[in-house]
Amino acid sequence: MVAIAKNDELKRVIDEEGNVVKGARPPDIADEELRKIYRTLVQVRVVDERMMRLQRQGRLGFYMQSTGEEATHLAVAALRPSDWVFPSYREPGAAFYRGYELEQFIAQLYGNAADPIKGRQMPVHHSMNWINYVSISSPVGTQIPQATGMAMAAKIQGKDDVAIVYFGEGATSTGEFHVGANFAGVFKAPVIFLCRNNGWAISTSADRQTAAKTFASKAVGYGMPGIRVDGNDVLALYQATADAAERARAGDGPTFIEALTYRVHGHSSSDDPSVYRDPDEPKRWQQADPLARFQRYLGKKKLWTPEWEEALRTEFDQAITVAHDKVANLPPPDVETLFDDVFEELPSHLREQKEWLMAQPRTKSPHYFH
Amino acid sequence: MPSMTYREALNQALAEEMERDPTVYLMGEEVGHYQGAYKVSQGLLARFGEKRVIDAPIAECGFAGIGVGSAMVGLRPVIEFMTWNFSLVAIDQIVNNAAKIRQMSGGQFAIPIVFRGPSGAAAQVGAQHSQALESYYVHIPGLKVVAPSTPADAKGLLKASIRDDNPVVFMENETLYSTQGEVPAGEHLVPLGRGDVKRVGTHCTIVAWGKAVHTGLAAAKLLAAEGIELEVVDPRTLRPLDEELIFESVKKTGRLVVVQESWPVASFGVDIAYRVQRACMDELDAPVEVVSSADVPMPYARNLELEVLPSADDVVAAVRRALYLV
Ligand SMILES: Cc1ncc(C[n+]2csc(CCOP(=O)(O)OP(=O)(O)O)c2C)c(N)n1
Ligand SMILES: [Mg+2]
Repeated sequence: MVAIAKNDELKRVIDEEGNVVKGARPPDIADEELRKIYRTLVQVRVVDERMMRLQRQGRLGFYMQSTGEEATHLAVAALRPSDWVFPSYREPGAAFYRGYELEQFIAQLYGNAADPIKGRQMPVHHSMNWINYVSISSPVGTQIPQATGMAMAAKIQGKDDVAIVYFGEGATSTGEFHVGANFAGVFKAPVIFLCRNNGWAISTSADRQTAAKTFASKAVGYGMPGIRVDGNDVLALYQATADAAERARAGDGPTFIEALTYRVHGHSSSDDPSVYRDPDEPKRWQQADPLARFQRYLGKKKLWTPEWEEALRTEFDQAITVAHDKVANLPPPDVETLFDDVFEELPSHLREQKEWLMAQPRTKSPHYFH
Repeated sequence: MPSMTYREALNQALAEEMERDPTVYLMGEEVGHYQGAYKVSQGLLARFGEKRVIDAPIAECGFAGIGVGSAMVGLRPVIEFMTWNFSLVAIDQIVNNAAKIRQMSGGQFAIPIVFRGPSGAAAQVGAQHSQALESYYVHIPGLKVVAPSTPADAKGLLKASIRDDNPVVFMENETLYSTQGEVPAGEHLVPLGRGDVKRVGTHCTIVAWGKAVHTGLAAAKLLAAEGIELEVVDPRTLRPLDEELIFESVKKTGRLVVVQESWPVASFGVDIAYRVQRACMDELDAPVEVVSSADVPMPYARNLELEVLPSADDVVAAVRRALYLV
């Protein structure tokens, strides 16, 4: 099953050539902002390529790319910085857009002393409370009811913040999706459900996750609008997200957005998609590349030039090298930090374990097969 | 005896039982076309077809419940969790339902189901992928809990678990899948509830299951150089537990170190220590030691992960304490 369908119901603003489609009106976005959105798309593309290379060289233990799905990350451009992001593992662009630094990003992948989350989580499971970006949870779907909870809290606290929660089409099969959507509908929670339908959940194709014609149709059962957008059209995503946020802030409750896109590479660095899908399938995606489309659109508006493109790529390439050089060879987190953050305070039983551990020699053998 | 990996042994067990009994089927994420997240179900889809090797949508609570329902009417489902960590999404089906339906229905409904998959830490997969959850499930009346440490046990125990008329929690280990070992040719069954002495020794008993058996064996190798001989007892099944085998060994050595990947508090190793002190008070020459993981969620960084997990060095240190050598 190929996710890139030519579907009439699909909301689009620009076509593959970067022309505004008939009947659509591009959202009102200042030129500088358009350029910032494009910049972030390029950043994700360049970062993904470089990090994957590091993984293949054996420097990084694990990595997950989002090539082809970058436009979905930029839905956050239509939100306020005070709005909350509940990401999955495949939206680094949402974090970069909000100012997550490359040094921090790379240190997290290494899980070393400069890692903002102290070497606690697997690579790509970032957490940045300073940009309202919550800790990524591995069990699929976990964060959907949490996003609804945050949105309900905003209402209780009398704030007009909204939450956006990102998840794949596979996550709509989890119990949490249905629970989170139902609560959001019942309580008119200001939450945006952004489903990245990239066609695949590891090796399982999207048609194994639902018998419904579209994922957007699931919204009906929870009393909220479900819209389908071309997930490779960053302006369509922007518009859909802006509309959803406006409804949410007006007290009209949640919106479900199905963004139709495509997972170009493997699920993660551990996955080999040639085992389960036609190797030609990703090639068909190329014409839908969200970067190329937006680039053509900007080109027509004289906001993009090949020189700028080259400058951008060089800038990111160099910035990655600089950031990587700075953090990649730092030592691992201090053993003393092992017992921190389990509780607010260090309880006596952990203090004892810590004292005992610190008195041991630091030459531990692997735990199995000596 | 043919030699094979733990993974191949599990695969053979599944294939043989599916061949033998048409009511056995396998369901889980990635079990079919992908041949299993860890390739345990390699070739089964091609051999048994889509009705018996079912790729599930991502919903552990869903396919665990589907399994329970189908077991009520006579099928024998084998439900694969990509890791036991994700069984926590399905725990209502396992604990509130599979474990209790026979008893709650006054014996009317049996649930002959196997829940299986890897448990415990692999290497650097963090807090939500590294948990050793046997102490959770062994706590629950109505569930049998199995944790094989070798290819031969993996095969024999999985076959016996599939034939068992009770719900069985079957815990494999990612770091063991590629380990090699001899497996008896032909029909090979290991009855649930019977342990195995993996190494004979005289000075101190080690009780361990799953991956921790190998930690115990590694410690035995280190100490043998000093003339200290450990006896390594692998109960293989945690519930029902082969208490007699453990007691017999402790009565011989007078000392016990339990090695487990569980966290220390309210864990199965602690339960074994309790049972042993009641049964072997007269023969014990030292307090029972329990070596566990550090009492924290698993960090990602390798140096921290190694500090958390029980190591052969930790076992050696505990044995020395039990022998009053420190
Ligand atoms: C509860 C749970 N079950 C299984 C997994 C293993 N797993 C990790 S990602 C994934 C596929 C998710 O697919 P989708 O939701 O479509 O997101 P995508 O990877 O395509 O972005 C699965 C099954 C998990 N992390 N959590
Ligand atoms: Mg997907």
